[in-house]
Amino acid sequence: MCTYLTEKVNVAGSGKGPAGWFTLSEATVYFDHPVHAPAEHTLNIDFLNRGQGPSARVAVELTAESARALAEAIQATLASAPPGLI
Amino acid sequence: MYDAIQAETISLAGAGGDQIEAYLARPLGPGPFGGVVVIHHMPGYDEQTKEITRTFAAHGYNAVCPNLYWREAPGASPDDAAATARAAGGVPDERLVGDVGGAVAYLRAMPNSNGKAGTIGYCSGGRQSFLAAVSLPLDAAVDCYGAFVVGRPPEGMPLKVGPIVDRTPDLSCPLLGLFGAEDSHPSPEQVAELEKALVEAGKTFEFHSYEDAGHGFFAVDRPSYRPEAANDGWQKIWDFYGRYLAS
Repeated sequence: MCTYLTEKVNVAGSGKGPAGWFTLSEATVYFDHPVHAPAEHTLNIDFLNRGQGPSARVAVELTAESARALAEAIQATLASAPPGLI
Repeated sequence: MYDAIQAETISLAGAGGDQIEAYLARPLGPGPFGGVVVIHHMPGYDEQTKEITRTFAAHGYNAVCPNLYWREAPGASPDDAAATARAAGGVPDERLVGDVGGAVAYLRAMPNSNGKAGTIGYCSGGRQSFLAAVSLPLDAAVDCYGAFVVGRPPEGMPLKVGPIVDRTPDLSCPLLGLFGAEDSHPSPEQVAELEKALVEAGKTFEFHSYEDAGHGFFAVDRPSYRPEAANDGWQKIWDFYGRYLAS
């Protein structure tokens, strides 16, 4: 189905899109049909800069299992960063 | 039989008179030909939908697919445009009717037109095909697994659409519905409810639900593709449009 369910989060950082690096302002997270991944539904993340239009976008489509693994890896990496760096 | 077709990007007047991008495919024979508005699925105005549009031309119909996301994302790639549109909650119903109405007017004004025009839509476009058919004077409409003609989006889903089954008495043309028995949006129960409303309103329609098929069984580039259902579905479309749209 087309879920439209979307979580939005403001982010600070940069992403590399088709036209090179750009400043990120927002990320959207949703579970829906992928464009490319060979699965019925995937966890999709779009890293965006609204001010630069729809093409300022870095997209990933992950299986639910790999998305959970990625989230855990992000948390683990941040938790193990040396004190004082975060 | 002369079977050349021409396909190209055009501009047409949509809702509010806005010029929007569209993809037109037409037979180059003398005609006259019926017209089909192809309403793209939620992933957008993509290569596969353009291929569907060309398929209608190859079968003797003028076909036009308006880019429903043109206003949010002019010139963007289809996946980027779809991401922007979905984040905004989808296409407003009123604007959809205006855009499809503009596409219908374009088709009927073509020199090789027989004056007839219909719609077909997939996924979110299936609901939009029904919406167009209860809002505009059409000659035929096809709903391919459109969700939320019956029923509302689940709680927490920011999709800004509601059920439109109550508008069934306004249906202006025969309706062909093609569904997957394993689909949950629309579910077999929701398809049955729409069927009941059509019977009660005395409308001309035919529904086909395919076993072993779910949502998106026509989509050849997706794992949901079911060749048996899709092949039979195409035959049903040619038969239906042959009766109501062809010369």
